[in-house]
Amino acid sequence: MGCGVFAVQAINLRRNPILNFLLVNRWPQLAIRIITLAGFGIVILGGLVGTPVGSQNISIVLLWIAWWGLLILFAVPILGRGWCNICPIPLVGEWLQQGTVLGPVKILRGISLHRPWPKRWRNIWIQNAFFLGLAVFSTVILTNPVVTSLAVLALLLIATGMSLIFQKRAFCRYVCPVSGFIGLYSQAAPVEVRVIDTQICRDHPEKTCLTGDENGYGCPWGLYPAAITKNVNCGVCMECLRSCPYENMAVNIRPFGKGLFNPRERKLDEAFKSFIMLGGALVYSVVMLGPWGELKLAAYLIGSPAWLVFAAALIFSVVVLLPGSLYLGIRFSGQRLTAFQLRREFINQSYALVPLGLAAWIAFSLSFIFTNISYVVSGIGDPFGWGWNLFGIADHAWRPYLSTVTPYLQTVVLLAGLGYTIYTSVKIARETSHDQSSLPLIGLSTALAMGHLWVLIG
Amino acid sequence: MKSETLARSIVILVFVTLLTWLGLAASDRMDILNITASMPERGGWQPGDFTARVGEPLLVHLTSHDVVHGFAIGQMEGFEAEVLPGKVTEVELVFSEPGTYTYYCTRWCGPNHWRMRGTITVIGEGKPEAEVVTQPLYLRLGIDIDAEHPAETIPPGKPSAQEGIGLWGMVPSTYAAEMLLRSSSPAELFIRMRSDSGLERVSDQAIWDLVALAYWNLTSEAALEEGQRLFSENCAACHGVSGQGDGVFSGQLGEDTHQAAIPDFTDPARMLGASPALLQGKIVRGGMGTGMPYWGTIFTDEQTWMLVDYLWSMQFDYPIDEGSKE
Repeated sequence: MGCGVFAVQAINLRRNPILNFLLVNRWPQLAIRIITLAGFGIVILGGLVGTPVGSQNISIVLLWIAWWGLLILFAVPILGRGWCNICPIPLVGEWLQQGTVLGPVKILRGISLHRPWPKRWRNIWIQNAFFLGLAVFSTVILTNPVVTSLAVLALLLIATGMSLIFQKRAFCRYVCPVSGFIGLYSQAAPVEVRVIDTQICRDHPEKTCLTGDENGYGCPWGLYPAAITKNVNCGVCMECLRSCPYENMAVNIRPFGKGLFNPRERKLDEAFKSFIMLGGALVYSVVMLGPWGELKLAAYLIGSPAWLVFAAALIFSVVVLLPGSLYLGIRFSGQRLTAFQLRREFINQSYALVPLGLAAWIAFSLSFIFTNISYVVSGIGDPFGWGWNLFGIADHAWRPYLSTVTPYLQTVVLLAGLGYTIYTSVKIARETSHDQSSLPLIGLSTALAMGHLWVLIG
Repeated sequence: MKSETLARSIVILVFVTLLTWLGLAASDRMDILNITASMPERGGWQPGDFTARVGEPLLVHLTSHDVVHGFAIGQMEGFEAEVLPGKVTEVELVFSEPGTYTYYCTRWCGPNHWRMRGTITVIGEGKPEAEVVTQPLYLRLGIDIDAEHPAETIPPGKPSAQEGIGLWGMVPSTYAAEMLLRSSSPAELFIRMRSDSGLERVSDQAIWDLVALAYWNLTSEAALEEGQRLFSENCAACHGVSGQGDGVFSGQLGEDTHQAAIPDFTDPARMLGASPALLQGKIVRGGMGTGMPYWGTIFTDEQTWMLVDYLWSMQFDYPIDEGSKE
């Protein structure tokens, strides 16, 4: 770590006894997961039985304003996979799979077949495809309570079904479209779960972090904690903290973006994820926030020829155009590269898009979250649009918040994301001494950031 | 194991409580009639008809699934509720007479706004509404309201009721009879006056001014204002604020609504050949395939005449003082 920023010592949160208790004890996590499960239950019910007016239906306001706002503005940038720790989607499946609610029980008593996930699909290509599949329908999913409800219900049922067939949290790691991008961006987050001393792990014959014991399950994400070097697949579920008899697991606070500088575990599927996510944020901004009514209409008219063009354009942009631009940029950057090196440089540089992608999603979300946040209050007061007035807040009038500062926030966030992307790109290029590999990415990311800024505030 | 049992109990308790609460909340809604409003293309009022009992209050929750609508019941003046998207408007309906009532949307919610109507059947003891409704004049006169009615003659300039005041003393009182005025078109009245020997020295324009004054004498400032309000709320969406057939929905009425060309109420050749009774008939019965809805179940008899009288203000200059009236 040549840079001074990364010379900062990681801080282990477990040194604080209160935090250690909250992280290790099973009850706080279970309590929050029951609350989030009840919340998702209300989202599903709200969509099915409530008013179809999105702004007045709890399913839309709770999920796409409150939850999404918390996720993208706080949980992902600060806690990385923190949401996965309390996510209710796989919860019912886990209960059935493990045979316990609180757990753990060393001998599995659940009703799952505990089959291993197929080796061929031990990557995030399915997550990439799933996310893209949802993205082309997103204008309707985000605004129609029934569709939102059915989408959440489908995720819940798929997760539960997979828990009954496969081992551990296969759904979370290989299928969940939300988990895919949270994992990607968790690399930039300043929280990590890591082993303190790997020698202790090597000397520990039982490897309870893998097999589980009476205190904790074996890693539900299928990882060997001693080998974790990046956040992507660690669900911060805290089971390894519980099952390690030597208290050899730490929950560290580290500098932002540190996880991006790990040359050993960069993969093509994750590289594509960075394009899908960055491109997705741009397309969403253009369609939902831009002034082009025809485009908006095309995105809404699912099944129409205009929508097919929109869907094809979206997929082409994020799967072919953006990655292709970078690939060709590196190919013609004036360096002598073998085919293997070209592929490696392309994958490496793609990871530099993570900060800009995260910034793009934050900037996009800032446009509507604070504008619509007041709907959450009235939505809680009358969750289904049935004329209730719970807590006397149903008539809370809509009002936008931070509307005057939002453009400045968006500018700062996007420019910061661009700056960090450029910094990351240059640093990654130096790993292989192919310094010119960063030039195409810097050009591409600058153009995309400026274009995005123009759409948002131009 | 005790912890596991406790955890399971908590999970069961939370979800049973939640479901029970929802079940109880849903059962509270059993006594409430929920009416949802959507643009007619998306279903209009749901339900489209319901039943109430005379004298028994009926609690209704109104909500819109798309845009702002308005809820009103035909021939029940002074009652109107705003129906907002996703919000619930609670109204209590009490009917004193049995009969069939029409409820309708009072907001221009879309090109087919006028189709947004429903029926309330009120049962129980009382004098049925139908018994107090008298037959409209156009039926009593046997007027074919679908027949063409071009004006036999039109005035050289816009007739002015004010200008007619000075000559009104020359006009025989028969021309002021309400039945004559309601059953005659202005052009017919003009021809009749023109052929009257007592008015032979009066110019054509002056006769037309007298015709304007004759129709003005049937109404009042307040009635014209009410007529204008009714026109603005219910007619202007298609007919236009000025009555020229250029309302905001005029261009959106496609072939599926079978509309004929929307008439221009400022065209004397068309309008001065229509009697008030004929216009009343068109309002009450509707255009039968032209896209013009029926208003007979919505407007009272008095309101219909106010509308007809207001239409004449598009042919005649009416800005005269109440005090100048006969």
